Amino acid sequence: MDAADRQHFRYEDIVDLVEPESRVLDLGCGDGELLDKLIRDKKVRGRGVEIEEEMIRACVSKGLSVFQGNLDEGLKDYGTASYDYVILNQTLQVVHNPVLLMREMLRVGRRVIVSFPNFAYWRNRLQLLFLGRMPVTGTLPYEWYNTPNIHLCTRRDFLTLCRELGAPVRQEISVKRSKPIGGPVRNLRATEVCFVLEGQTGARLDEYRHNLL
Amino acid sequence: MAEPVRVGPDGPENDDRAGDDIGIVTPQEYTFGSVGKGVRLDSGKDFGPVTVRYETYGELNEDRSNVILVVHAFSGDAHVAGLHTPEDRHRGWWDAMVGPGKAFDTRKYFILCSNVLGGCQGTTGPGSINPETGAPYALTFPVITIHDMVEVQRILLDYLGIERVMAVVGGSMGGMQALDWAVSYPDRVQAAIVLASTARLTAQGIAFNAVGRNAITSDVLWNNGEYYGKEPPARGLSIARMVGHITYLSDESMGLKFGRKLRERAQYGFDFNDQFEVESYLEYQGGKFVDRFDANSYIYLSKAMDYYDLGERYGGLDAAFARCDSKFLVVSFTSDWLYPSYQSKEMVFSLMRNGKDVSYIELNCPFGHDSFLLETDRQTGILASFLETVYGRG
Repeated sequence: MDAADRQHFRYEDIVDLVEPESRVLDLGCGDGELLDKLIRDKKVRGRGVEIEEEMIRACVSKGLSVFQGNLDEGLKDYGTASYDYVILNQTLQVVHNPVLLMREMLRVGRRVIVSFPNFAYWRNRLQLLFLGRMPVTGTLPYEWYNTPNIHLCTRRDFLTLCRELGAPVRQEISVKRSKPIGGPVRNLRATEVCFVLEGQTGARLDEYRHNLL
Repeated sequence: MAEPVRVGPDGPENDDRAGDDIGIVTPQEYTFGSVGKGVRLDSGKDFGPVTVRYETYGELNEDRSNVILVVHAFSGDAHVAGLHTPEDRHRGWWDAMVGPGKAFDTRKYFILCSNVLGGCQGTTGPGSINPETGAPYALTFPVITIHDMVEVQRILLDYLGIERVMAVVGGSMGGMQALDWAVSYPDRVQAAIVLASTARLTAQGIAFNAVGRNAITSDVLWNNGEYYGKEPPARGLSIARMVGHITYLSDESMGLKFGRKLRERAQYGFDFNDQFEVESYLEYQGGKFVDRFDANSYIYLSKAMDYYDLGERYGGLDAAFARCDSKFLVVSFTSDWLYPSYQSKEMVFSLMRNGKDVSYIELNCPFGHDSFLLETDRQTGILASFLETVYGRG
């Protein structure tokens, strides 16, 4: 993720979604800015996974715990329900097997937070419709030949996948640029979307704990 | 593991590195214990007296919170950086990393390194005189472990009045000691940096060590270890070193440096005088090693590495790491097949399962196991950043 992306989504919005003092795994954590903010503002116990050496170094210099790893290899070494939140911020569209990763995240995290650019944003549609060219916008600043985004989807596509995976949506933030928006035509108006999903073990664990009490 | 070997077209030139260096250093010694008394070894034996050779760089601050303990690898010694005399031709083995403005910045940190127990470069080992007999120990020297080395370092720190180190750092066998430090003395280690290392040696690693030991013990001059004062088993030791060197390099680094080049001929002579570049390099490394290393130390130290299994004492790696209270940085290298990355990852995942503060990076580097000695620029970036987050937060 580069600086151009970042100005379109505010970390504050994601930080607000996270319960204080929880365990957080941030996949594709970049330079660790979000994780750092979560640790400062929410006192979480956080850990990042990142593939780029320079980004790892940036995380290390912030004092963060970071693991150099490739998300395409999955999360097999991470225990089931071992984190309260698994975050995938602006990374879903660059992984090779998004469904595998989603399944893994839902296994490892009691809650899963996923954010991604909404391909159904109206400007994208217009560019394709009237110019007949692959959309290039602020959130999708690449040409077709140099984009790292190999699995773009729309807000609605993602909701379909969540249903198929049996992952209930607990919360949603849709933004246009950095401003939160609501309403029925979010699929058209949102540049980016962020969902909080119920992990596969989350609900069951809560129930289990409740029964114990 | 080895002293830096210049491999590849742009291999770092530590020895001639101009500019910032720490100048002349004087090794120091500390002796403790007496016969049958000194350090309690893993084997159950109490051993003494022990002399430890060590060097220090930089200044100890007032509250003694800036100590970095460097633990050396198999054939390393206490001489980490600088020169012993102005005429000295060789700088310390990690000179590129230790000095003013370097990764281990001597303007901020107080760096300490001692030669390991069982070694042959100033600390008591099989070549030292047994005060009971007046003769070198040879094979009567007790079998030692990585933890025994750490115990001797711990006794040295006690003597120096250092209660806690801000970091312990080591590569290869040094990494094994750094891990043992963090597990054995959680409250004395603020951070541990583990480079190209493992929580236990692979069968492959043990196999190569066995070949090395066999090369030595097959040399008639070895004479069951009783060669002191006589001609040493130089051939055996040099073959052991040649095997070792192969394991410290990689296919890629050997290809880059030597390829299939012949030493003094352009074409094959179809006789056995032909020598490939790689052969003469190994001969040279083997020969050079004999001048500075003791064959019996090779046997004892390699055995200590074979025995090493961090989790064993505590009933598994997870249980061992559960004791730790340090911040960890683990670094592995893509081309290191002697201490492969998957072993570093095993440690890291175990630390993660324990909820410990750990960062892991796998540097893409062609120089094999020796990368930790050769790839100094990128390591400097990572290590300096890491130390910065530890410094002053004890």
